Amino acid sequence: MLKNIVMNGIAMQEDSSLTILDVARKHGIDIPTLCFLKKDDCNFTHRPASCRVCVVEVKGRRNLAPACATYLEEGMEILTNSYKVRQERKNIVELLLSNHPNACLTCRKSNSCELQALSSKLGISNRLEFAGPLSQENKEYRHGSILRNPSKCILCNRCTAICKEIQGIGAISASQRGFATVISDGHRCVNCGQCIQVCPTGALMQYEDATDIEKKLADPDTFCIVQTAPAVRVSIGEGFGLEPGTDVSKKMVTALRYIGFDRVFDTNFGADLTIMEEAHELVERIRHGGKLPMITSCCPGWVKYIETQYPDMLDHPSSCKSPQEMFSSICRTYYAQKYNIDPKKMVIVSLMPCTAKKKEITREQNMLDGLQPTDFSMTVKEFISMVKRYGLDISNLPDGEFDDPLGESTGAADIFAQTGGVMEAAIRTAGVWLDGDAPWNINWETGYDSGIKESTVTIGGITLNLCIASGLANAGKVLERVRSGEKNYHFIEIMACPGGCLNGGGQPIAKDGKYAETLAKRRAGIQAVDKSKSARISCDSKSIQTLYEEFLGAPGSELAHHLLHTSYADDSETI
Amino acid sequence: MSEKLTSRQDLLDMYERVRVLVDNKINYDPDTKRVISVCSCTGCASQESLELVDKLNEIIAQRGLQDRIHADITGCFGFCARGPIVKIYPDNIFYVQVHEEHAESIIDSIVNNTVVDELLYKITPREHAKHQNDIPFYGKQHRIALHKAGLINPENFAECIATRGYQALAKVLFDMNPIQVIDEVTKSGLRGRGGAGFPTGKKWSFARASNSDKKYIICNADEGDPGAFMDRSILEGDPHSVLEAMAIAGYAIGADEGEIYIRAEYPLAIKRLRIAIKDAEEHGCLGDNILGTDFSFHIHIKYGAGAFVCGEETALIHSIEGHRGEPTLKPPFPAVKGLNGKPTNVNNVETWANVPTIILDGAEKFAAIGTERSKGTKVFALAGKVNNVGLVEVPMGTTLREIIYDIGGGIKNGKKFKAVQTGGPSGGCLTEKDLDTPIDYDNLVERGSMMGSGGMIVLDEDDCAVNIAKFYLEFTVEESCGKCTPCRIGNKRMLEILERITEGEGTMEDLDRLERLAVTIRDGALCALGQTAPNPVLSTLKNFRDEYIAHVVDKKCPAGSCKKLVSFSIDPSLCLGCGMCARNCPVEAIHKTDRPGKNPRLMAYEIDAGTCVKCGTCLTVCPAKPQAIKK
Repeated sequence: MLKNIVMNGIAMQEDSSLTILDVARKHGIDIPTLCFLKKDDCNFTHRPASCRVCVVEVKGRRNLAPACATYLEEGMEILTNSYKVRQERKNIVELLLSNHPNACLTCRKSNSCELQALSSKLGISNRLEFAGPLSQENKEYRHGSILRNPSKCILCNRCTAICKEIQGIGAISASQRGFATVISDGHRCVNCGQCIQVCPTGALMQYEDATDIEKKLADPDTFCIVQTAPAVRVSIGEGFGLEPGTDVSKKMVTALRYIGFDRVFDTNFGADLTIMEEAHELVERIRHGGKLPMITSCCPGWVKYIETQYPDMLDHPSSCKSPQEMFSSICRTYYAQKYNIDPKKMVIVSLMPCTAKKKEITREQNMLDGLQPTDFSMTVKEFISMVKRYGLDISNLPDGEFDDPLGESTGAADIFAQTGGVMEAAIRTAGVWLDGDAPWNINWETGYDSGIKESTVTIGGITLNLCIASGLANAGKVLERVRSGEKNYHFIEIMACPGGCLNGGGQPIAKDGKYAETLAKRRAGIQAVDKSKSARISCDSKSIQTLYEEFLGAPGSELAHHLLHTSYADDSETI
Repeated sequence: MSEKLTSRQDLLDMYERVRVLVDNKINYDPDTKRVISVCSCTGCASQESLELVDKLNEIIAQRGLQDRIHADITGCFGFCARGPIVKIYPDNIFYVQVHEEHAESIIDSIVNNTVVDELLYKITPREHAKHQNDIPFYGKQHRIALHKAGLINPENFAECIATRGYQALAKVLFDMNPIQVIDEVTKSGLRGRGGAGFPTGKKWSFARASNSDKKYIICNADEGDPGAFMDRSILEGDPHSVLEAMAIAGYAIGADEGEIYIRAEYPLAIKRLRIAIKDAEEHGCLGDNILGTDFSFHIHIKYGAGAFVCGEETALIHSIEGHRGEPTLKPPFPAVKGLNGKPTNVNNVETWANVPTIILDGAEKFAAIGTERSKGTKVFALAGKVNNVGLVEVPMGTTLREIIYDIGGGIKNGKKFKAVQTGGPSGGCLTEKDLDTPIDYDNLVERGSMMGSGGMIVLDEDDCAVNIAKFYLEFTVEESCGKCTPCRIGNKRMLEILERITEGEGTMEDLDRLERLAVTIRDGALCALGQTAPNPVLSTLKNFRDEYIAHVVDKKCPAGSCKKLVSFSIDPSLCLGCGMCARNCPVEAIHKTDRPGKNPRLMAYEIDAGTCVKCGTCLTVCPAKPQAIKK
């Protein structure tokens, strides 16, 4: 319903479904916010109205109104930037600063910190006005893949909201009260890192392995190998001023070589290999009455989720290791033997869009005769700062090519980066195996922007009910429907992060709150990479074919099982 | 097995049958059975009043007096400073500070038709009050919310019925439609007793106007103001009135379920509520098809952990739902989106307790009491430096002077009145100039304080204004939920500034900071807890700015209560050399000197300032007149 309002002296007619903040932004009037979060990539708006930074004057009200959560009412007269408003806003931010460590010079979040930007915007120069002791000790500590510093937390609760509402976990929540309030450590945290992506300050950041990686790179006795995940090639450029979705694969390869890696391989190789094993497993399960639906197992956040929340359903996920782990297993065995490299001297580093991968590499079930297949996993954010530390700028580097043979990949591997991609890649290969003419594109019932999609395809006379979900709250919904028997799927793909790895917890944080736009551009970028490949079906990869001929035998062979498959365990008791 | 009342007539029949229980207490007849009513509420029970009841009944049994005398529990009389309280019905004899050892003499006095003089309240050493009404404490009181407390046994359903219990509910169910009920409550002028004073009828009408398949009624029994216990006393003394009122509101707004959110620290109130709910359900006054009608109403009890913020209705609702007790922005108001997302009407215990009387006796009668915009009575928990502390229920419009001097008996030890804090940590202090202001919602707000839930703490000349502000802010800082910035950090920083000032380390800039912060918190905090938290600071700054400045500039606490700013010394010319101070000093900070004092043959004493902990013991024991110890 249209309401007549006056904002800063200008009469307007706007809809009552809008907040004061919505209207102000629509008219180009800036109202600063801090706790407010519009996560348009997963249709989620967080407006606890708790930071009070966005307060405005509304005539007739005895106090100030939070613009983010105050909806229009007839006749409202609003002042968004009066002297009073500016004073109170400044006082409120000064209060936040009085309880924040004075550590911008050494904080990794410096220059991308929303509190820092706000302080600068409001012209705060004397932050000692309301000086007092900090509520939490200024101390960093590691919790899984997450680096926490509660003294930098401003209690916007974006992290707890995303964890509960989008990821369906509620691993973190506020504990204690008043000045002592603190966000608790993650209970059943899956290390997805979505909390990091929404934290406005340096309170939640990724744990970084870069120092250890750089030490290994400088050690002449190591043979350093890097593998790069599908999703990273279209986001790394963002750290160097390029548009999201810009494919920097070739420049990334050059940067990795300059940094000192002995071999630059592609996790895509592992992805193609995953399809060979997973498509084979699916066909086997269908033909021999195995447990259905089968669910993908590429995503370590998702695997941890089912292990902690649905331990009764652990026979559903595919036994396939993730592409990262398949790659490292092959690299340490097949590649090491073929090129006569001591696998113990190998240092395998993965470049991932993901924070959960840092935990996945230590999984007991993934060990190779006692040896950890992947030594380190670094995120895109970590890589961007590493590149900068080495004095390089991705946008200025010459092109390079991946090394052979573990650098070859098909377009099917690239689309692992997005929700639905693993499913489509599997269908491409299954189609070839079962019926040469199977269609590639799956017609999903809902568009890419909702978290759960369904489709039915018929390949070689077999009808498959498919489902894909991203965001763990959506995964939970799908599992509930499977458990209750409401849905009879054959194959489900689940990715923990909304939209898939393109939106992973290790990816650069979207600039200016343009979450959906950034994700869409990355998606367009990865789809273009897929289309540009000469081979787009995993089973068409020459190197994969050679691998099976020379080493593994056939998909599902005993050796393949030993190296490429894993198991799951009830983790519901673990905190 | 109790009988189920399945019609209005059943209820009235039962009333006629049992009313004698209470009529015999009210109407004096020398031949009726005597009832020794012993206050059994938390305050008196903590002084073993329940054991007293057992002892009395034991003696009655031993002496075979069961037909003539009966001892029973009852609710709060309010005169808690003199508890345990005992009242003999129907003689209306009122005893104070009664203990087990007095049981025999009480029984004797009833048998002999005399009075135990030593247990009577002494108005002056020679003038003893025999009846309750003779005591000045009760002179200006008028009980509506508490009218059954002290009269009935709150655990006895028959006595509830005998005092017209559930007749108001019957009246609305059989004679009125929901709109008429809301109109009646609106006409009465009843406003929320929880603090803000929102018109109750209007609140009900909002909840009624919301369309929904499910609605809820909530009783807010999360009483949290320091020192306030009126809600507890109502629930302990007369739980049925609250249950009945909730059912009436349920009928009015279209709800069939009620929740009582009560702090777990109120075990006795919880026990009595449980008994009351069970009795009312068994008798068909609650539950399905109340009094044989189509109307059903179920009441559940939910425990709170005692967080002050959970008295804020949105926080309370979140707590009932099992979430963290944090407020959320209004709108949406609970009347639109409350418990489990459904329209919900929340009222405080004291508000509920007024409703049955309004319905039964009519809105006009209720509205005849009070001021133009605040009707009826208000219960206050009178505390601090007055002679008679306790629970007082007075008509709106009574002045502070009447409460403090006539009811409260004036300031203790003949000290000078300084201020009175109303509204607890959300309120402000009122001074001499406000003493003759008729108390109502609007007058208090106009003078920089508020009604609040009814805490009233009287301060005398020995209380420091800065220290009082600090005391209340300590409470708010402790009780802030931590959700919004101004309350979470702002109040903490204000408290730190006050701490600096009371320790003599404040600056004049600190006073400006206090005022700036107070305004930011008042105008910027999310909920009423935060918005009102600066009131004690703002009102003391307004009324006692000189005292703040004395702390800051002169490094002195004029009231002599801020320890860091007080020092003790001995004036040798007045010192008798008796050594009382030195013997009583807990830290051995006082020593004899080699210089003679007032008596040339005895040496004077002196205090070592470095060792002294400023406990003030020396001051109280010094026998010299004038005292040799100087503060």
